[in-house]
Amino acid sequence: MDKLSLDIVTPHGTVFSGQVDEADASGADGDFGVLAGHAPLMAILRIGALVVKTDGKPGYYFVGSGYAEVLSDKMIVLAESAERAEDIDVERAMEKKKRLELMLAKKENVDFTRAQVALERAIARIRIAKEYAGK
Amino acid sequence: MATLRDIRRRIKAVKNTSQITKAMKMVAASKLRKAQGRMLELRPYSDKISEVLGNLSLATDSEAHPLLMRRPRKAVELLVLTSDRGLCGAFNSNVLKAAANFAKELKEEGVQVSISAVGRKARDYYKRRDIPLRNSLVGISGKADFRHAKQIAMDITGNYSRAAFDEVYMVYNEFRTVIAQNVKIVKILPFEHERKEPSEAPETQVSYIFEPSVEGLYLTLVPKAVEVRIFRALLESQTSEEASRMTAMENASQNAEEMIQRLTLVANKVRQATITRELMDIVGGVEATKK
Repeated sequence: MDKLSLDIVTPHGTVFSGQVDEADASGADGDFGVLAGHAPLMAILRIGALVVKTDGKPGYYFVGSGYAEVLSDKMIVLAESAERAEDIDVERAMEKKKRLELMLAKKENVDFTRAQVALERAIARIRIAKEYAGK
Repeated sequence: MATLRDIRRRIKAVKNTSQITKAMKMVAASKLRKAQGRMLELRPYSDKISEVLGNLSLATDSEAHPLLMRRPRKAVELLVLTSDRGLCGAFNSNVLKAAANFAKELKEEGVQVSISAVGRKARDYYKRRDIPLRNSLVGISGKADFRHAKQIAMDITGNYSRAAFDEVYMVYNEFRTVIAQNVKIVKILPFEHERKEPSEAPETQVSYIFEPSVEGLYLTLVPKAVEVRIFRALLESQTSEEASRMTAMENASQNAEEMIQRLTLVANKVRQATITRELMDIVGGVEATKK
């Protein structure tokens, strides 16, 4: 089977770069899978998981909202934050979740939408770490 | 004339100072390397975003994005990037001078000018001159994060959309090489990016599937590109700061070296003069007892 070359790029560096068999991403309009030879695609990603399969072995990534471009055998994910499921700092995410929930409950926060998005990210991080890395 | 002991004391003081400047130079050098690394890390992301925007502008001619809209220039915002700490040569004063000149030019045209400051040096500079700041962010030099860029971008784009100002410029130190940093004044809003002409690159004329839509993608990517531009300027300014500090400390160490040499020379002269005088005294004494 043809390989797909995948790059996950963030402002703080490249998180992943290599050949994979398949990549399943969480699109803003629904999840989608990409194999080599996929039609050209530009899609917005929501906060969620990116599952990468290489030689039958899966790898899991957290992607904090971003954008994906697919052009024949190349896929590029641009994300503001992205981590391997194994590298997620669950404790930090938990703490953040607690803090944000408190803030939102008090309703004293100036920037409601921003806090909500941050909370969503924290929850997704925890979920992905638990589900895929067994933390 | 200074006594020998005074001069020796000064030599010691200069030696101590030069030890500090040497240490600071080393620290700046290691920070510089780190900052350069971070600039390098951002490059793939920023290159890719501009490339994608170029591709998208091919597929859509929508000028409808609020951040792309041009308005007659009545009020202009300046975003001035400096460091938090000094001892880095002309790094901060160059930026502040350029910003002041630019602001003066604008005011002569009858344009209103508002200023946002990043870095303690810029904030204090305007405070001392009683120039009101619209916004300021301090305490991030050396550890600028994408979060900070987002925070600045959100403030600026929000006010821009509300037509609080019609153009936004960034004044900062561009990093060219370790010994060359240029002050740069760049327009960041209304946002301008390279547009590809359809004839220019026929091979990129692929019909993409857009999810959710071309407009939707454009709408989310333009603000991101603004964030990236600000982040890049933050990183460049930081890298320039360390480079500038390294050069300044190198010069300071050299000057200290020269000063020690000069002072040692004087100390030796004084010492010899003293010995000669003492000898003359002794000889004079002996001659006196002979008589």
